Amino acid sequence: MIQFLLNNELVELETVNADTTVLGYLRDAKHQCGTKEGCASGDCGACTVVVAEPNGETLEYKNINSCITFLGALHGKQLITVEHLAEPGQLHSVQKAMVDHHGSQCGFCTPGFVLSLFALQKSFGGNSDNVHHHAPRSANIHESSDKRANIDEYLGGNLCRCTGYRPIIDAGLQSLENHQTDQFDKCREQTLHTLNTINHAHQNAAKENANIIGENSGKDRNSRFHVPTNLEQLHELMAHYPTARLLGGGTDLSLEVTQQLKSLERIILLTRVSELTQVVEHDDHFAIGAAVSLSKTREVLAPHYPDINELLLRFGSRQIRNQGTIGGNVANASPIGDFPPVLIAIDAQLELERKASTQIKSRVIDVEDYFLDYKKTDLREGEIIRSIIIPKPSPPSKTQSNLKVYKISKRIDDDISAVCAAISIEVADNTIATARVALGGMAAIPKRATLCEKALCGAPLNKETITKAQTALKDDFQPIGDARASAKYRIRVAQNLLSKLQIELTNTSIPTRVTYHD
Amino acid sequence: MTKTGEVIIGAGQSLIHESAAKHVTGEATYIDDQPTYHGQLFACVGGSTIAHGEITTLNLEAVRSALGVVDVITAQSVPGKLDIGPVFPGDPLFSEGLVEYWGQPIFAVAAISHELAKKAVQLAKIDYKPLEPVLDLNEAINQEFYVRPPHRMQRGNAEQAIDNSVHRIQSTLLVGGQEHFYLEGQASTVVPQEDGGMLVYTSTQNPTETQKLVSDVLNLPMSKVDVVTRRMGGGFGGKETQAAPWSCVAAIFANRTRKVVACRLSRRDDMVMTGKRHNFINQYDVGFDDDGMISGIHYTLAGQCGYSPDLSDAIVDRAMFHCDNAYYLPHATVDGLRCKTHTVSNTAFRGFGGPQGVIAAEAVIDEIAFKLKKDPLEVRKRNLYNTIDRNITHYHQKIDSFSISAIVDQLEKESDYWSRRKGIQEFNAQSPILKKGLALTPVKFGISFTVSHLNQAGALIHLYTDGSIQVNHGGTEMGQGLMTKVAQIVASQFQVSTDSIIVTATRTDKVPNTSPTAASSGTDLNGMAALNAARVLKQRLIDFLSEKYNTPAEHIRFRNGNVKVADQTLSFAQVTNEAWLARVSLSSTGFYKTPKIHYDRETASGNPFYYFANGASVSEVVVDTLTGEYKLLRTDIIHDVGNSINPALDIGQIEGGFIQGLGWLTCEELKWNDEGRLLTDGPATYKIPAISDTPEIFNVSLLQNSPNSEATVFRSKAVGEPPLMLAISAWCGIRDAIASIDGRTTFPQLNAPATPEEILKTIHCDR
Repeated sequence: MIQFLLNNELVELETVNADTTVLGYLRDAKHQCGTKEGCASGDCGACTVVVAEPNGETLEYKNINSCITFLGALHGKQLITVEHLAEPGQLHSVQKAMVDHHGSQCGFCTPGFVLSLFALQKSFGGNSDNVHHHAPRSANIHESSDKRANIDEYLGGNLCRCTGYRPIIDAGLQSLENHQTDQFDKCREQTLHTLNTINHAHQNAAKENANIIGENSGKDRNSRFHVPTNLEQLHELMAHYPTARLLGGGTDLSLEVTQQLKSLERIILLTRVSELTQVVEHDDHFAIGAAVSLSKTREVLAPHYPDINELLLRFGSRQIRNQGTIGGNVANASPIGDFPPVLIAIDAQLELERKASTQIKSRVIDVEDYFLDYKKTDLREGEIIRSIIIPKPSPPSKTQSNLKVYKISKRIDDDISAVCAAISIEVADNTIATARVALGGMAAIPKRATLCEKALCGAPLNKETITKAQTALKDDFQPIGDARASAKYRIRVAQNLLSKLQIELTNTSIPTRVTYHD
Repeated sequence: MTKTGEVIIGAGQSLIHESAAKHVTGEATYIDDQPTYHGQLFACVGGSTIAHGEITTLNLEAVRSALGVVDVITAQSVPGKLDIGPVFPGDPLFSEGLVEYWGQPIFAVAAISHELAKKAVQLAKIDYKPLEPVLDLNEAINQEFYVRPPHRMQRGNAEQAIDNSVHRIQSTLLVGGQEHFYLEGQASTVVPQEDGGMLVYTSTQNPTETQKLVSDVLNLPMSKVDVVTRRMGGGFGGKETQAAPWSCVAAIFANRTRKVVACRLSRRDDMVMTGKRHNFINQYDVGFDDDGMISGIHYTLAGQCGYSPDLSDAIVDRAMFHCDNAYYLPHATVDGLRCKTHTVSNTAFRGFGGPQGVIAAEAVIDEIAFKLKKDPLEVRKRNLYNTIDRNITHYHQKIDSFSISAIVDQLEKESDYWSRRKGIQEFNAQSPILKKGLALTPVKFGISFTVSHLNQAGALIHLYTDGSIQVNHGGTEMGQGLMTKVAQIVASQFQVSTDSIIVTATRTDKVPNTSPTAASSGTDLNGMAALNAARVLKQRLIDFLSEKYNTPAEHIRFRNGNVKVADQTLSFAQVTNEAWLARVSLSSTGFYKTPKIHYDRETASGNPFYYFANGASVSEVVVDTLTGEYKLLRTDIIHDVGNSINPALDIGQIEGGFIQGLGWLTCEELKWNDEGRLLTDGPATYKIPAISDTPEIFNVSLLQNSPNSEATVFRSKAVGEPPLMLAISAWCGIRDAIASIDGRTTFPQLNAPATPEEILKTIHCDR
């Protein structure tokens, strides 16, 4: 049984198609049509809703795309839609801000913007108990450009074709300044209690049932959407349903349903498996569970790698980063991927495991070795990615260690890279000690530029070396041309990024980037 | 406030959009949000999978027998007229055998759900005999492959003037197309009526044309088809002609099944099956003197129309009308080509060809300034029209009023153009990778449909006995705030609050034979029609009161929701109730047609425009010379809307138009593959501006104290389209930044859109 709160109403669904989307459920089953379909691919934000989930004593509010979220993924959460923000006779403060600033014209994108503003306000908008909770940059919130950056971060996945965004930005500023206690704050204890009850019951039922098959209640044998809470259950489900699809954030898997019109018969959700959602910090590395969201991943890594922070702020949209998982981004094996080139450059590893008869077999491989060919990986049958092992940057010493990440795309927000380059480089006494150069968008898989690296390693950091490395890069890759960029542009930009690298390493006073979130 | 302290209600106030509160609560209803009817069907259209060829077999058996399918239709199923071309023939609702673009509709399915209809469409088996397609605009130009014959506008002797000039430039500019990307895709729901009639709920800018085409395909009199449009989730021209086919499809199914049928395009179908802004190849040959003053110019403007004429004749005409932009051309020859390709039929898009002409003018000025090593602003100012001796356009319309000189002067000062120019030069000297650029560009945009008969509108006003007012008119609401402005106009007549006025959904059975809401004309036409209706009713009330209270008409005043009759104050409700009791008709139509306009296309001369809307903008950009990435840092705009009826809505149009234009000129790139299939068929690959693209500093103001010199409604000016072209300053700014790389020695042959790839190509002189 799937249980969640639709606003304040408890919804219990005995049977649910595995591939019903939240948007489809809202519009077709509930006839709540405030939430719009603009693209059905998670790219426009018109369908944005907010999910609230317990985090200790607080609720975290996340904006997500309902068009690419499967209904079962709401289990144990609160779904908040545009119809329920206002209280009788009184608009919610984010709605009022939009009205005050003339933030809607045709109005079709507006419900999505309102929900993203709501999530923004809940995360940064003063006065609320959960402020600063997942707001790494909230210390400087009083700076107006920081506020603008927060607005861009939360609303970058909402497209408006009418207003030019200025009035919406102003509505965002007002929403951050004028946060009043709302019905969600008032009901927080009760909401937490309801959601915790659902989640505890789910965990206990799963514990009591030696056999997870048939889902949590034991009587619900017709369910096709499975929500295991630990690895043991996950392996058991996978063994029993070898053709079931594993669901992380679903930001890519769902497109098989909404764009390719396929049916998914059975789904196993990974994001409630406790082992997969943990972040463990060690002395020299993090082990980030495969089902940890990209938003959370950024929070963990931002203090250590400024360029990873920058990249992840521009990875998809806030909605996508709230849903999408780091494991899913790797497992999906997109030629671009955005994050895999970084993982390769910093020599990250994957902890993989599978259950063979009764034994758990684990192995650790380099991320680099995971990608075999276009959409082909080293993942074996029944195997999952358990965690991603991310080394911390080596402590500053006489060698200057640097990770530079460059994402080149047509648009700043929510775009897929034409080229994504990640370069981990150590320079000592103006000599390049080590260099790992990984690129996405240049081949069938995210891949190291081995010839280029060879030209760099051991050579002095100067123009001549860079020129050699640029020539070598041309032999490393034979990219294709597509809707995003031509092959020629990809090669040229990749080469030019080495020039940029040189300047960034040698003269930090020269501005080199048109956008950067400080 | 008047001198006596009375509040004047109506025009000039920044009232919120009438639907604002409904937008933010999700209460505002769009076509697909309407409750479904019992037994309702959902239609999906199946298209061609080649660009050009003959259908040899059309096997729809599997489609017919698919789960949930109730009916399947093809060209043979159309009971009436198959061709739904809006002006000229050439747009069959379904292909009859010849296929002329990838995605061209061939059949449609009606099923019990939208999902099942979409799935069924995939099961069609269609074989083709392929024919050689023409996919490229250059190829069409070379083959003289046209949908309509070329047209020329001419004044003086351009060739001779160019020959006699000190300097001459011959150059070519490629200008990309643009997908509308209205957030609400095309959608229509048709409810069959008794007597064979049809009630059509649809998201269209053109209810009357939908009415006509639905009646055509069903062989019904127009009187039996009613079309209703409450609001669109964006239109931008994309729902002027190309919203109608989907109503026709739904109506045919509704006619056959007698069920309610909805036809809503998925985003991909919408992008593949509906036309876009025309891409252009603009060639110019210009002569000028040492000061950069243009002496003569010859333009050839070639628009890619796609497979059929649609509105392309008028669109290429408008490009031709606007290739002067704000500049006087003493001798000019302008040729316009309407090129045919085997691609979707391009259509109206905010500016309607105008932007493609205006950008050509700005490219010319840029290149002249570059050649003479002058600041482009200097050359721009030198070439501006005036109202004295440089005041005749190349289509022989006299410029009687020209606010651009004043706007440019003001903007130059307020934006600190020259000190920023200096600052940018200093920045660029210190910055090897990032280069900044700055440009100030004006916009002059002709207001009126260039097809004269479209410049008419009707309205209908009912006063009720409780004093509430219902207004209806022929314009449609697509977000621009037309309903709000019309309510303000009516409120101003009766001096009642807009709260007591409701402007209802546009319906062909309330106001008939309407023009599309297009050409920026919505308020000019419909506002004036509503004003005329209100005037009729007001006069009736005055006549009645004057007689009843034995008071001269000039002592009857409408103020603050009341009517003062000599010393008595009556509430407006009292007045309407008393008038009703006295058997005064409280309902009136109003009509308006634009005066003064005439255009003779044979001689390419006349006054196609009632007046011009003007504005100017300054943009500062930064370009990464290693990657081609860029960012718009600051934009300042002054725009002339005459006396603004609603400043907040007008500023909304200006800002929104600017950013939409920015998208057209930067990140929005349409790409097809070699077989003519659109590759950028969704928002994953087609990128419209997002929130980070809005500049951190964005100063927009309305030109003050500049009533329209023509007698428009409240002396306001149209505002829908003109601001889109303000974004050309950003594109010119990028050119300026690129030119600075080598100290302005190589002219940056930047085309549009200026994607990072296009910028890097320009930097490397790859042509």
